[in-house]
Amino acid sequence: MTQDDLLVMISNKDKKAFTVIYDMYSKSLFTVILNLVRDREEAEDVLQEVFVKIWKNIETYNDQKGRFYTWILNIARNSSIDKLRSKGFNNNKKNLSADSFVHLLDDGSRMTNRIDTIGIRDFVKKLKPKCIQIIELLFFKGYTQQEASDELEIPLGTVKTQNRTCIKDLRNYLQL
Amino acid sequence: MDTREYIESGILELYVYGLLDDDQNVEISQMAKNHQEVHDEIVSIEKAIVDLSTGFCPYLSAETFEKIRSRLALKYEKAERKSSSNWGAYMGWAAALLFLLGIGYLYTELDDSNIQLANSESDKIKLQESVVKLEIENKQTESVLAVIRDDKNIMVPLGGQAVAPQASAKVYWNRETQAVYVDAAGLPDPPEGMVYQVWALKLNPLTPTSIGLLENFTADAHRMFPADATSDAEAFGITLEPVGGSASPRMEQLYTLGKV
Repeated sequence: MTQDDLLVMISNKDKKAFTVIYDMYSKSLFTVILNLVRDREEAEDVLQEVFVKIWKNIETYNDQKGRFYTWILNIARNSSIDKLRSKGFNNNKKNLSADSFVHLLDDGSRMTNRIDTIGIRDFVKKLKPKCIQIIELLFFKGYTQQEASDELEIPLGTVKTQNRTCIKDLRNYLQL
Repeated sequence: MDTREYIESGILELYVYGLLDDDQNVEISQMAKNHQEVHDEIVSIEKAIVDLSTGFCPYLSAETFEKIRSRLALKYEKAERKSSSNWGAYMGWAAALLFLLGIGYLYTELDDSNIQLANSESDKIKLQESVVKLEIENKQTESVLAVIRDDKNIMVPLGGQAVAPQASAKVYWNRETQAVYVDAAGLPDPPEGMVYQVWALKLNPLTPTSIGLLENFTADAHRMFPADATSDAEAFGITLEPVGGSASPRMEQLYTLGKV
């Protein structure tokens, strides 16, 4: 299912579209949410809110302004940050957990139910620590290039190229 | 900037991550439309990052999905009710009211029809009854006429006696067939529990012989009754007797009498 197929379903108000969106993206978004919120129950609450927001606002999505996935990714990040604020965190991204997304693998009890479709553990071993950091900040936490540059103490101009190199590694691994 | 350079700059990754401003987003969306290789690159980046994040997802129960679906179904229903409710509800109630009125109307119509049908049925029965009644009366009239017109019949007038001076009757007697008919139109209706009894009389000595009862006196409008045949009567008399008749006449209750 491509984005274009999905958008046709949505514009036809096909009720299956919701299930398709959920199947395609719920795990990706849940990882993003959990990585920010760091509490499973709260992350599930946020995931519910996110999908309710997606579905209720689906007609406001405009494919001239970005990918559908990007649109829902932003909703997931923003809802997670709202959740953190409601718990007393301020908006300072420095207050976010210092652990990266790879630490989500540390919880053994949750791992038992995971279907490791892409051999993620093997991949993490191969992925450069620098890449884990940069993907963590840019993709998972939504840092700007400047914020990432400051955090990682790398030149602003190399943030996006370094990130691209990391994504290339990932794509090679995934054969994309 | 050619597309290759554009792709290698790493801006498409940031586009997928959602880190660019509106102008950049619009620009890249437009480029993706015009250049298949840009579009394909974006799709591959997106697939990689979705797969990566999906791979780190802990177990997510089906319950979560059901919760969201029920929340959405609930909210949508509520929202729809709020926005369109009044129309829908009013239309619904109006339709229901019309429907009920319609049913009520149809029911009364049906009831009326049933009543009319029942009425026509009873009218039909009444008509049939009156036809049968008329046919019977007609036959009775015909037989009365036949009796009266028959030349072979003699008519014996019976005059009123002491208990009923105004009473009268006629006996038609066919000498050949010996058949007797009694025209009792001049007799008052018998009281409850009583019946007229017809007697053929021989005068010397006076010997009465019962030739029948005028039963169901009021049933025949002509009051013409057949009696038993008699061959040698010299007179006819009619007495009022208890229901069932008597073996011999009660002469004090002799209403009419006439000699042949």
